[in-house]
Amino acid sequence: MATPAPKRAEHGKRVIVGGIVLSVVATVLVAVFGGRFLPPGNGSVQASGQVLDNTVMLAIVTPVIAGLLVFFIYVLSQFRHRGGALVDGPPLRDDSRVRVWWIVVTSVTVLFLAGFGTFELLQNGSGGGQGPDPIAVPAGTKLPVQVIAQQWQFTYRYPTYGGLETPQLVLPANTYIELHVTSLDAIHSFWAIELGVKADANPGVDNVAFVKTKGPRTFHVRCAELCGLWHGYMFNNGRVVPEAQFTAWVKSQQSDFAPIAKYLPKYSTTYYPDPQRRAG
Amino acid sequence: MSVARRLVGFNLFTACVLGVGGWYAGWFSAHAVVGPSLDYFADVDFNELSLVLGYIGGVLGFLIGLGFFNYPLARLRGYPPSLREKEQGGIGRYFSLCTDHKVVGIQYLVGIGLFFFIGGLNAMLIRTELLRPDHQVWPAGTYLTIVGIHGTMMMGMMTSGILGPFANYLIPILIGARRMAFPRIEALTFWLLMAAGVILETTIFFGGFPTGWTGYQPLGTEANPGIDCYYLFFALVGISMTLLGLNMIATIVTMRAPGLTWSRLPIFVWGVLSTAALMVLAAPVLIATLSMALMDRVVQTNFFVAAQGGSAYLYENLFWVFGHPEVYVLALPGFAIVLEILPVFARKPLWGYRLAVGGLLGVTLLSFFVWQHHLFFSGINADLRPFFMLSTELISIPTGLTFLCGMMTLWRGQIRYSVPMLFCLAWFFNFLIGGLSGVFLSDTPSDTTTHGSFFSMAHFHYTIMGGLVFTFFAGIYYWVPKMTGFQLNERLGKIHFWTMFVFFNLTFFPLFIAGFQGGMPRRVVTYPHGLQFLNDWVSVSAFLLGGSMLLFLYNFVKSLVFDRIPSPADPWGSKSIEWQLPSPVPVQNFDRIPVFSSDPYGYGEGGRPVVVPAGAPAGMN
Repeated sequence: MATPAPKRAEHGKRVIVGGIVLSVVATVLVAVFGGRFLPPGNGSVQASGQVLDNTVMLAIVTPVIAGLLVFFIYVLSQFRHRGGALVDGPPLRDDSRVRVWWIVVTSVTVLFLAGFGTFELLQNGSGGGQGPDPIAVPAGTKLPVQVIAQQWQFTYRYPTYGGLETPQLVLPANTYIELHVTSLDAIHSFWAIELGVKADANPGVDNVAFVKTKGPRTFHVRCAELCGLWHGYMFNNGRVVPEAQFTAWVKSQQSDFAPIAKYLPKYSTTYYPDPQRRAG
Repeated sequence: MSVARRLVGFNLFTACVLGVGGWYAGWFSAHAVVGPSLDYFADVDFNELSLVLGYIGGVLGFLIGLGFFNYPLARLRGYPPSLREKEQGGIGRYFSLCTDHKVVGIQYLVGIGLFFFIGGLNAMLIRTELLRPDHQVWPAGTYLTIVGIHGTMMMGMMTSGILGPFANYLIPILIGARRMAFPRIEALTFWLLMAAGVILETTIFFGGFPTGWTGYQPLGTEANPGIDCYYLFFALVGISMTLLGLNMIATIVTMRAPGLTWSRLPIFVWGVLSTAALMVLAAPVLIATLSMALMDRVVQTNFFVAAQGGSAYLYENLFWVFGHPEVYVLALPGFAIVLEILPVFARKPLWGYRLAVGGLLGVTLLSFFVWQHHLFFSGINADLRPFFMLSTELISIPTGLTFLCGMMTLWRGQIRYSVPMLFCLAWFFNFLIGGLSGVFLSDTPSDTTTHGSFFSMAHFHYTIMGGLVFTFFAGIYYWVPKMTGFQLNERLGKIHFWTMFVFFNLTFFPLFIAGFQGGMPRRVVTYPHGLQFLNDWVSVSAFLLGGSMLLFLYNFVKSLVFDRIPSPADPWGSKSIEWQLPSPVPVQNFDRIPVFSSDPYGYGEGGRPVVVPAGAPAGMN
């Protein structure tokens, strides 16, 4: 015969203590080390902000997982039916303490998450597309760069450099960039993975996102919205380079594309319906 | 000869013949009458109006062949009303319009099972393509069509995955009634769904569709004619859902037996009621949206064409106004099945009945106010993002109540690990991961990375496959012995459970990593070479998961067709009313309508099951 069943209060105490111990250990580990592994990395100010966001959320999610894990392991091993005949358990139908604690804890957690997320979002827009009238606008001067999506490639325009249009995305380091994302045909989504930027490209819409670059690096750009046949191949790489190198690059691009510059439509925030009726 | 004679009459065979006939009638009439008279058909080599009219004619022919117009026509000609159609009889009932809710339930189980299997095969084809980073197995267009059919089939068919088989079969029994409020409409919902499923599959004859299950504009407007099949499929599913929901609400509200007050309803009935409310309020939006999108294509309206004053945002908004309640249409019946089955196998009353009901209703209400979290970065309503972030996260409070009620029901119980119970316990694990990963998606800054990536794909597979499909199987193992009168093999059932649970997690957990760390967007035919190991791992697990489904199929056929071991009336020791009836349940359910004096969860309280009164059949009620 096994040891006599523990009294009622002990079951509860064991689960709560076990849950708290595991939660504290796991949460501390996540809070300390989580940031190193969590995307999107340290590629921009916005990306770092998102890593903080992800770390905070993972640190909140961890004790929930730990607590439920302890609960289920305990309950499923301790309260299993043994022997043949059916035995009924105690007819517990409600417990106001459990009910109140649960609702209070879940509500506080949820409100904290929403509050924290809103705070992070409104600081600088967190790299997300905000439409033509952004609400979270960082202060200071910004370099405008236009992203034009079409089936199935991205091209980029630099309105402050004479509307230069190029298939490469090169950004100066430590600069605030104001991205204007638009599309010529279907809905695409401009996703600069390591910069922590995502903004849908809609035909006829100027979707603005802000990102502050850090040091020189490369990053991947992918289309994140199903846009037709070759959606899977709609990607390229971008570069963040030092200021001087950026100026030199702009000059070389301007001279490279000088012969066709006069055929380009005038810079505009949107190009839809396409003024030159390019194939869509 | 007798076989040939049996095929004549109103049944599935006639329906298929008339369906094909109706398709060609629609096709030719549009060509003959409309084609030459409108200029714009001169520019294209394909008359899409004829395709759409063909399908509409096909559906009408199919319904005529099944006999859905007999009753209204007879009434118009002055015949007296009759209540039943083909409720008695053998296997033929299952291939015709039958108004017995139990037959419809079994029709649903097999019909939906068939399309679930097709959808699953599409998933296998997707994973075959993703074995290698470069695209090579399927052409890119075929791959997108496979992805689209998989998503659309699962999202469309499985909306009725639990309400179709289990609610149709059980709701009248659980509330002490003999039938649904509208038995012919009940049959109609099933046959519409079957017609819709066939229509979606025929998209491959017209070039498939490249839009996935969302059908975003303007991609939808410029796509192959195959996308008309997608619109028609989903619109028909929408009609079926609306009617199913209306029927459930009418039945539950008006046909409860004496003594069955709102606080004594089984929690499954509450789950069905909330789901039905979602269906009735959300599905009409879908019907309207897809009708508009279809008209944009075939009769040149411009609801969603930006160049002509329409708006692609309008489509996104309308689609998700339907689409987010839709995912709770998928999830809520799962909550309800878990809460219904746990007390039976924990031998304890359902803990916190009112909280559980409140949880279900809370999710129902909140799910209408979260749709723009699918559009955080689309460029509309940037100032509403904090609101939608909050409303989305608020949903975890009522969902948490479901968890609490389930967990406290287990607390200090006498837990038996039968197969249905194992599937319910797996729901806690899967839905926990699915729900907590949803927190990352609901948080706008974090969503910048996760949106549209494999992370969100893994998230909704955890909630829908882990939440709905696991409880769907719990329902099968729990109720099929009652529905058929035969036991399902317990040992094979346990092997099925463990293989499904393990390979499900091995398949979908790595996808979180592929999306989160690897930056892999959804629906791509190619991916970076560095992600090949993860993707191969996922593909192999997915194939084994598919094998686990074959094991279930083997068990199902072996137990019900070959072994045929009779099931006792109450194999689980439940106090709920369906188990007090013989297996399978007789045609009229009850001889006399039962009287309820408690809820069905009186374990450990000396509460006895509801006594089903015997006596002379009470006739037509």
